[in-house]
Amino acid sequence: MIFSNPEIWALTLSMAIPLALPAVGGTFSERTGVVNIAMEGIMLIGAFFGVAFSYWTGNAWVGLFAAIVCGALTALALAWGAIHVSADQTVLGMGINIFAAGLTTFLLNTLFGYNGTPVNTPKLPSVSIPGLDHIPYIGVIFTNQSVLVYVGIVLIFLSHWFLFSTRLGLRMRSVGENPLAADTLGIPVWRLRYLGVVLSGVFSAIGGAYLSIGILNGFTSNMTSGRGYIALAAMIFGKWTPLGSFGAALIFGFSTALGIVLQGHGVSSNILQMIPYALTILALTGLIGRSTPPAADGIPYEPRR
Amino acid sequence: MKALQSILLPVAASLVAIAIGAILVAALGYNPVSVYGSLISGAFGSLGNLGNTLTASLPLIIIGLGIALSFQSGLFNIGADGQYWIGATAAVWVGYHFTSLPGWLHMLLCLAAGMVAGALWAGVIPGLTKAFVGAHEVITTMMMSYIAILFARYLIEGGPMQEKGYIPQSPLIASNTQFPYFTQGFARSQLSPISMLIAALAVLVAWFLLYKTTLGFSLRSVGLNPRAAKYAGIRVKLYIIIALALSGLFAGLAGAVQMLGVDHQLLDGFSSNYGYTAIVVALLARNNPLAVVISGLFFGALTTGGQNMQIVSNVPASLTNVLTGLIIFFVGCERIIPQVIGWYRRRRSARAQTPAS
Repeated sequence: MIFSNPEIWALTLSMAIPLALPAVGGTFSERTGVVNIAMEGIMLIGAFFGVAFSYWTGNAWVGLFAAIVCGALTALALAWGAIHVSADQTVLGMGINIFAAGLTTFLLNTLFGYNGTPVNTPKLPSVSIPGLDHIPYIGVIFTNQSVLVYVGIVLIFLSHWFLFSTRLGLRMRSVGENPLAADTLGIPVWRLRYLGVVLSGVFSAIGGAYLSIGILNGFTSNMTSGRGYIALAAMIFGKWTPLGSFGAALIFGFSTALGIVLQGHGVSSNILQMIPYALTILALTGLIGRSTPPAADGIPYEPRR
Repeated sequence: MKALQSILLPVAASLVAIAIGAILVAALGYNPVSVYGSLISGAFGSLGNLGNTLTASLPLIIIGLGIALSFQSGLFNIGADGQYWIGATAAVWVGYHFTSLPGWLHMLLCLAAGMVAGALWAGVIPGLTKAFVGAHEVITTMMMSYIAILFARYLIEGGPMQEKGYIPQSPLIASNTQFPYFTQGFARSQLSPISMLIAALAVLVAWFLLYKTTLGFSLRSVGLNPRAAKYAGIRVKLYIIIALALSGLFAGLAGAVQMLGVDHQLLDGFSSNYGYTAIVVALLARNNPLAVVISGLFFGALTTGGQNMQIVSNVPASLTNVLTGLIIFFVGCERIIPQVIGWYRRRRSARAQTPAS
């Protein structure tokens, strides 16, 4: 039986991380009231600039840092349009996704040619957790995973604590539920929304860098292949909470891992890949625990002066 | 003033995007004038190129009409790409079955299958869930879009529509359902007079439906103010479903036209992105069916011109996606214009007051 093979659980975790990180990022953005469908594009930006700077400087950590900076800058553009200009956030997100897909492919071909990024690009280390990796059966899950898997798990738990147990987290959520009430209490609505959107850019960029310099050491055109949209689904399925998003990402990661393991066993991976999308629609319709977005999600706020 | 602004804004957005593209290209050491020159000549330089531009524009125009219609009804159908592929799949399936039918009837049947499939894909799940439980259509249409593409891929990768052999593709549709091409003039492109006729009809139907029928009036009322529409006795839920279904119908029609006129079979890939570009087409046209034609042609030209640009001046065709993304972002930021005007007026009046005080 394939489920008794612990490899599938290790694969599930490594497939869940690039979904969970942007999903948690999206949670930050939408909890403060800015709809973010641009995770896909920001992931691509992170993935590309992660590889580019990793190659140029010869240091994958610099690459990761550059990915985060570029992701945050892209998110800043979204934040500016959504908050200062009160633009339609779905339109902005689409624009960023198309722009990012075009820009990363364009720069890939102009800076590195048509043969892909150099093969000697450094990647982030893969590590095993001493102690955990020797536990029978589940040890494999913590053996030889990218360092970003562990960083990601820590970030996800920290995010949940931050959003639901700190004063700043409460304020961020209040801005997404009732900005007028928050403003009346002297909470800076716009600033917290900027914070939420930029955090979503940081998390999405780490998710993208995980793909390009975490698992691999190269960038290919559109390498995120829709993960940003599955992350959107994970965020909704996880009811706009970091831990819920992580849980959803694990379910979706499992369906991806299953598809990889079952290849050639007569089960279509295409059908398995539909699972995240179908579950999300069910969650939105309330058939499996209704998902309700933050009350002010997507509605621009004009501060009274 | 308002009409002027609705033309000026998309043009300004496009010009700014083109200028940013020029800076990007120049920064990488190319000559922007010759790069854009090769783009323009690739799009319009010869009858063959013009034919290619028109061919690329037709699906964008047809899908764009449906998206404009959904926007006017206050709904954001972001999943037109999936509706397009479901329409294409249905049309191809009908196209290689029922081969004993006369050609014209078989063609009509293919088109009808595409339209019905697209309409159901958008109308049933996204439409009903939006109308009855308020599930946001941006998410449901997007999710349905991915399901559609995975389903179509499944059908030709080992599923029931795969042609005999190992290549993931469907059988060719019957030859008498394939649209004839021009024999002169546009002969060097895959442009068909029938596709052009269908697109023209679609434009007229969309315009007439939106502005000259009760249905269109009701749809636009729901889009402008669903609450007021409800008090005026319009059955809002019903029109939400109709709007999404109609939007999917146009996308499905585009898929069918593309299969009958250009592709003739389902091929692996499914990465045309027509459904997403068509959203930009509708946005740029301010959801006006007649303006959709112009903005559809603009993006069709960008696509064909981009391919020529890559061959002639060695600048990757993906530059056109950079431009498209920037244009949509700037059009989204339309409210910056009144904000800047307001800021300028405030500053000027502040300056006028200073000497007096």
